[in-house]
Amino acid sequence: MDEAVFIVSAAIILVGSCGVVLSRNPVHSALFLVQTLFGVAVLFVLQEAHFLAAVQVIVYAGAIVILFLFVIMLLGVDRAESLEIEPIAGQRPLAVIIGAAVTGIVLTVVLVATDAITGVNPTDAERLLTNNRTDVERLGRVIFTDYAFVFEATAALLTIAVVGAVVLTRRVRGELADAGEPESFDLPPVAPESGSEDH
Amino acid sequence: MELSTDWYLALSVAMFAIGAVGLLVRRNPLVMFMCVELMLNAVNVTFVALGVELNDVTGQVAVFFVLVVAAVEVVVGLALVVALNRRRPDATADDIALMRG
Repeated sequence: MDEAVFIVSAAIILVGSCGVVLSRNPVHSALFLVQTLFGVAVLFVLQEAHFLAAVQVIVYAGAIVILFLFVIMLLGVDRAESLEIEPIAGQRPLAVIIGAAVTGIVLTVVLVATDAITGVNPTDAERLLTNNRTDVERLGRVIFTDYAFVFEATAALLTIAVVGAVVLTRRVRGELADAGEPESFDLPPVAPESGSEDH
Repeated sequence: MELSTDWYLALSVAMFAIGAVGLLVRRNPLVMFMCVELMLNAVNVTFVALGVELNDVTGQVAVFFVLVVAAVEVVVGLALVVALNRRRPDATADDIALMRG
């Protein structure tokens, strides 16, 4: 039963991954990405990482891909990109060779040298996956004790990212005049000559 | 046939390689970001699978933090793409050569 679930979700993941790379239209790429992320969420459920599966669907499929689609629509770049043009000579074959090399080397390490996967089982009972707690409780206890500082650091990271995004996309008046591009991406000014609140 | 950690690792390798090839081949910055997400997800699969192998919840903790960092990366990256597109609407990743003085 587990094998069947794995094979089906692996097929979904691989088809979705290839779709992300091969789609000419960025919107289709984003939708294939959703498919891939759902497949990964199924794998998480299969390994009894239920909290991560939920977060995978909510954060990745629900927030990140929506953000991608939002930006695609905002910028109007949803036209098809021609995949035939190869601006740098030899880029494609080289990329495929590198990908095949990565696959071959890591697969060799993983599958042929099966004894290479080693590690130490945790001595701390809090960390054991078999300690009769639910997945959420187990994860929460470890994150809010051993990894509490890292957790706080991620809060700072998120704040910095928000500030950074605002700073990066702030529209400074006068900057567009210097750009020398047609202002087709500007929204028509709601109140022209209304002062310089951006400065 | 029995489902083992190796299956997850093999799938993850394939996913990572597809993402890497996409990152090298595609020129649209948005699609390149999606390929980075694919690679991050491949690593997440290995974290969870090896966590199960070692009977350790730390693998899932790592995935949790990778998720946060991925979200942050997308926010900043998309802000950069928006700012870039405002200046040069047709910019692709190859146009970084224009920065050469």
